[in-house]
Amino acid sequence: MELIINVLSWGFILAGSFFYVVGAIGLLRMPDVFTRMHAASTSDTTGAALLLIGMMLQAGVSLVLAKLMMLLFFILFTGPVATHALARAARYAEVEPVLANDGAKPKKVSTTKAKPSKAKAKAKPAKRKAKS
Amino acid sequence: MMFTIAAAAIIVAHICAVIRALKGPTVFDRVLAANTIGTAAIMLLAVMGFLAKRPEFLDIGLTYALLNLIGTLAVLKWFRYGDLAHGEEDERGDT
Repeated sequence: MELIINVLSWGFILAGSFFYVVGAIGLLRMPDVFTRMHAASTSDTTGAALLLIGMMLQAGVSLVLAKLMMLLFFILFTGPVATHALARAARYAEVEPVLANDGAKPKKVSTTKAKPSKAKAKAKPAKRKAKS
Repeated sequence: MMFTIAAAAIIVAHICAVIRALKGPTVFDRVLAANTIGTAAIMLLAVMGFLAKRPEFLDIGLTYALLNLIGTLAVLKWFRYGDLAHGEEDERGDT
Protein backbone atom coordinates (compact mmCIF):
# COMPACT_ATOMS: atom_id res chain seq x y z
CA MET A 1 0.00 0.00 0.00
CA GLU A 2 2.76 2.39 0.93
CA LEU A 3 4.62 1.50 -2.23
CA ILE A 4 1.58 2.40 -4.38
CA ILE A 5 1.20 5.75 -2.61
CA ASN A 6 4.89 6.49 -3.02
CA VAL A 7 4.86 5.66 -6.74
CA LEU A 8 1.74 7.78 -7.30
CA SER A 9 3.30 10.62 -5.35
CA TRP A 10 6.50 10.43 -7.42
CA GLY A 11 4.45 10.54 -10.60
CA PHE A 12 2.42 13.55 -9.53
CA ILE A 13 5.43 15.50 -8.27
CA LEU A 14 7.52 14.77 -11.37
CA ALA A 15 4.61 15.81 -13.63
CA GLY A 16 4.12 18.97 -11.58
CA SER A 17 7.81 19.86 -11.79
CA PHE A 18 7.73 19.29 -15.55
CA PHE A 19 4.71 21.59 -15.99
CA TYR A 20 6.33 24.20 -13.76
CA VAL A 21 9.53 24.30 -15.81
CA VAL A 22 7.62 24.30 -19.12
CA GLY A 23 5.47 27.21 -17.96
CA ALA A 24 8.52 29.15 -16.86
CA ILE A 25 10.27 28.63 -20.20
CA GLY A 26 7.09 29.76 -21.97
CA LEU A 27 6.97 32.85 -19.79
CA LEU A 28 10.49 33.65 -20.91
CA ARG A 29 10.23 32.89 -24.62
CA MET A 30 6.69 33.73 -25.82
CA PRO A 31 6.38 36.79 -28.08
CA ASP A 32 3.69 38.96 -26.43
CA VAL A 33 1.77 39.53 -23.20
CA PHE A 34 -1.19 37.29 -23.99
CA THR A 35 0.80 34.22 -25.00
CA ARG A 36 3.02 34.72 -21.97
CA MET A 37 -0.11 34.78 -19.83
CA HIS A 38 -1.18 31.49 -21.39
CA ALA A 39 2.18 29.91 -20.59
CA ALA A 40 2.29 31.25 -17.05
CA SER A 41 -1.18 30.00 -16.20
CA THR A 42 -0.02 26.48 -17.14
CA SER A 43 2.51 26.54 -14.34
CA ASP A 44 0.20 28.42 -11.98
CA THR A 45 -2.70 25.97 -12.15
CA THR A 46 -1.63 22.59 -13.56
CA GLY A 47 1.88 22.58 -12.13
CA ALA A 48 0.85 23.81 -8.70
CA ALA A 49 -2.17 21.47 -8.52
CA LEU A 50 -0.11 18.40 -9.47
CA LEU A 51 2.61 19.27 -6.95
CA LEU A 52 0.03 19.80 -4.21
CA ILE A 53 -1.71 16.49 -4.99
CA GLY A 54 1.65 14.72 -4.78
CA MET A 55 2.31 16.34 -1.41
CA MET A 56 -1.21 15.42 -0.22
CA LEU A 57 -0.46 11.76 -0.94
CA GLN A 58 2.69 12.04 1.17
CA ALA A 59 0.92 13.83 4.02
CA GLY A 60 -1.62 11.15 4.87
CA VAL A 61 -4.82 11.95 6.77
CA SER A 62 -3.85 14.84 9.04
CA LEU A 63 -4.10 18.59 9.51
CA VAL A 64 -1.43 19.02 6.83
CA LEU A 65 -3.77 17.40 4.31
CA ALA A 66 -6.52 19.89 5.18
CA LYS A 67 -4.12 22.82 4.80
CA LEU A 68 -2.88 21.52 1.46
CA MET A 69 -6.47 21.17 0.23
CA MET A 70 -7.21 24.75 1.26
CA LEU A 71 -4.07 25.90 -0.56
CA LEU A 72 -5.15 24.00 -3.70
CA PHE A 73 -8.63 25.55 -3.45
CA PHE A 74 -7.19 29.07 -3.17
CA ILE A 75 -4.72 28.61 -6.01
CA LEU A 76 -7.33 27.12 -8.35
CA PHE A 77 -9.68 30.04 -7.69
CA THR A 78 -7.30 33.00 -7.53
CA GLY A 79 -5.04 32.07 -10.46
CA PRO A 80 -7.67 32.33 -13.23
CA VAL A 81 -9.15 35.47 -11.63
CA ALA A 82 -5.77 37.20 -11.66
CA THR A 83 -5.07 36.08 -15.24
CA HIS A 84 -8.50 37.26 -16.41
CA ALA A 85 -8.04 40.67 -14.78
CA LEU A 86 -4.58 40.96 -16.30
CA ALA A 87 -5.81 40.13 -19.81
CA ARG A 88 -8.68 42.61 -19.50
CA ALA A 89 -6.39 45.34 -18.24
CA ALA A 90 -3.94 44.66 -21.08
CA ARG A 91 -6.73 44.89 -23.67
CA TYR A 92 -8.02 48.07 -22.03
CA ALA A 93 -4.55 49.59 -22.23
CA GLU A 94 -4.55 48.72 -25.97
CA VAL A 95 -1.67 46.29 -25.95
CA GLU A 96 -1.96 44.64 -29.36
CA PRO A 97 -1.57 40.86 -29.54
CA VAL A 98 0.83 39.47 -32.14
CA LEU A 99 -1.19 37.63 -34.79
CA ALA A 100 0.09 34.81 -36.97
CA ASN A 101 -0.92 36.53 -40.23
CA ASP A 102 0.04 40.03 -39.16
CA GLY A 103 1.69 41.73 -42.11
CA ALA A 104 2.19 45.04 -40.32
CA LYS A 105 4.22 44.99 -37.14
CA PRO A 106 2.10 45.73 -34.05
CA LYS A 107 2.94 48.72 -31.90
CA LYS A 108 3.86 47.31 -28.52
CA VAL A 109 5.76 44.06 -28.81
CA SER A 110 9.06 42.97 -27.36
CA THR A 111 12.15 43.88 -29.34
CA THR A 112 13.18 40.26 -29.69
CA LYS A 113 10.26 39.70 -32.08
CA ALA A 114 11.33 42.39 -34.56
CA LYS A 115 13.37 40.26 -36.94
CA PRO A 116 10.93 37.34 -37.55
CA SER A 117 7.95 39.64 -38.19
CA LYS A 118 9.97 41.65 -40.72
CA ALA A 119 10.87 38.46 -42.51
CA LYS A 120 7.19 37.51 -42.57
CA ALA A 121 6.22 40.91 -43.97
CA LYS A 122 8.68 40.39 -46.80
CA ALA A 123 7.52 36.87 -47.44
CA LYS A 124 3.83 37.71 -47.65
CA PRO A 125 3.69 40.03 -50.72
CA ALA A 126 5.85 37.59 -52.63
CA LYS A 127 3.32 34.86 -52.04
CA ARG A 128 0.46 37.07 -53.20
CA LYS A 129 2.27 37.88 -56.44
CA ALA A 130 2.81 34.21 -57.07
CA LYS A 131 -0.90 33.57 -56.66
CA SER A 132 -2.06 36.34 -58.99
CA MET B 1 14.47 13.10 -3.09
CA MET B 2 11.24 13.92 -4.90
CA PHE B 3 10.86 17.12 -2.91
CA THR B 4 14.40 18.11 -3.90
CA ILE B 5 13.45 17.72 -7.57
CA ALA B 6 10.28 19.75 -7.04
CA ALA B 7 12.25 22.48 -5.24
CA ALA B 8 14.78 22.61 -8.09
CA ALA B 9 11.99 22.95 -10.70
CA ILE B 10 10.33 25.72 -8.70
CA ILE B 11 13.62 27.60 -8.33
CA VAL B 12 14.16 27.38 -12.11
CA ALA B 13 10.66 28.84 -12.56
CA HIS B 14 11.55 31.60 -10.11
CA ILE B 15 14.66 32.52 -12.08
CA CYS B 16 12.77 32.64 -15.40
CA ALA B 17 10.05 34.82 -13.86
CA VAL B 18 12.60 37.22 -12.39
CA ILE B 19 14.29 37.58 -15.79
CA ARG B 20 10.90 38.31 -17.39
CA ALA B 21 10.09 40.85 -14.67
CA LEU B 22 13.39 42.62 -15.27
CA LYS B 23 13.14 42.86 -19.06
CA GLY B 24 9.36 42.78 -19.66
CA PRO B 25 8.56 45.53 -22.18
CA THR B 26 5.10 46.44 -20.81
CA VAL B 27 3.94 46.82 -17.23
CA PHE B 28 1.61 43.83 -17.69
CA ASP B 29 4.57 41.52 -18.29
CA ARG B 30 5.98 42.66 -14.99
CA VAL B 31 2.68 42.14 -13.16
CA LEU B 32 2.35 38.67 -14.73
CA ALA B 33 5.89 37.81 -13.65
CA ALA B 34 5.16 39.08 -10.13
CA ASN B 35 2.05 36.89 -9.97
CA THR B 36 4.04 33.85 -11.13
CA ILE B 37 6.75 34.58 -8.57
CA GLY B 38 4.06 34.74 -5.87
CA THR B 39 2.58 31.35 -6.79
CA ALA B 40 6.05 29.81 -7.08
CA ALA B 41 6.90 31.19 -3.63
CA ILE B 42 3.82 29.47 -2.17
CA MET B 43 4.81 26.17 -3.76
CA LEU B 44 8.41 26.58 -2.60
CA LEU B 45 7.18 27.20 0.96
CA ALA B 46 5.07 24.03 0.88
CA VAL B 47 7.92 21.94 -0.55
CA MET B 48 10.41 23.35 1.95
CA GLY B 49 7.97 22.47 4.72
CA PHE B 50 8.05 18.85 3.59
CA LEU B 51 11.83 18.90 3.11
CA ALA B 52 12.47 20.27 6.61
CA LYS B 53 9.55 18.27 8.10
CA ARG B 54 8.02 21.47 9.45
CA PRO B 55 4.47 21.76 8.08
CA GLU B 56 3.92 25.14 9.80
CA PHE B 57 5.19 26.72 6.60
CA LEU B 58 1.86 25.85 4.99
CA ASP B 59 0.10 28.54 7.06
CA ILE B 60 2.44 31.16 5.64
CA GLY B 61 1.68 29.75 2.19
CA LEU B 62 -2.05 30.23 2.73
CA THR B 63 -1.50 33.86 3.68
CA TYR B 64 0.68 34.38 0.62
CA ALA B 65 -2.03 32.93 -1.64
CA LEU B 66 -4.49 35.59 -0.49
CA LEU B 67 -1.95 38.45 -0.53
CA ASN B 68 -0.86 37.47 -4.05
CA LEU B 69 -4.36 37.89 -5.50
CA ILE B 70 -5.02 41.14 -3.66
CA GLY B 71 -1.64 42.54 -4.72
CA THR B 72 -2.14 41.67 -8.40
CA LEU B 73 -5.65 43.14 -8.49
CA ALA B 74 -4.51 46.30 -6.69
CA VAL B 75 -1.65 46.92 -9.11
CA LEU B 76 -3.91 46.31 -12.12
CA LYS B 77 -6.56 48.67 -10.75
CA TRP B 78 -3.93 51.30 -10.16
CA PHE B 79 -2.71 51.13 -13.74
CA ARG B 80 -6.24 51.12 -15.13
CA TYR B 81 -7.80 53.99 -13.16
CA GLY B 82 -4.75 55.72 -11.67
CA ASP B 83 -6.54 55.49 -8.35
CA LEU B 84 -7.33 52.71 -5.90
CA ALA B 85 -10.54 54.24 -4.51
CA HIS B 86 -12.55 55.37 -7.51
CA GLY B 87 -16.35 55.58 -7.32
CA GLU B 88 -18.86 54.44 -9.92
CA GLU B 89 -19.20 57.90 -11.42
CA ASP B 90 -15.52 57.80 -12.37
CA GLU B 91 -16.03 54.70 -14.53
CA ARG B 92 -14.67 55.27 -18.02
CA GLY B 93 -17.08 53.80 -20.58
CA ASP B 94 -15.87 50.25 -21.00
CA THR B 95 -17.64 46.92 -20.99
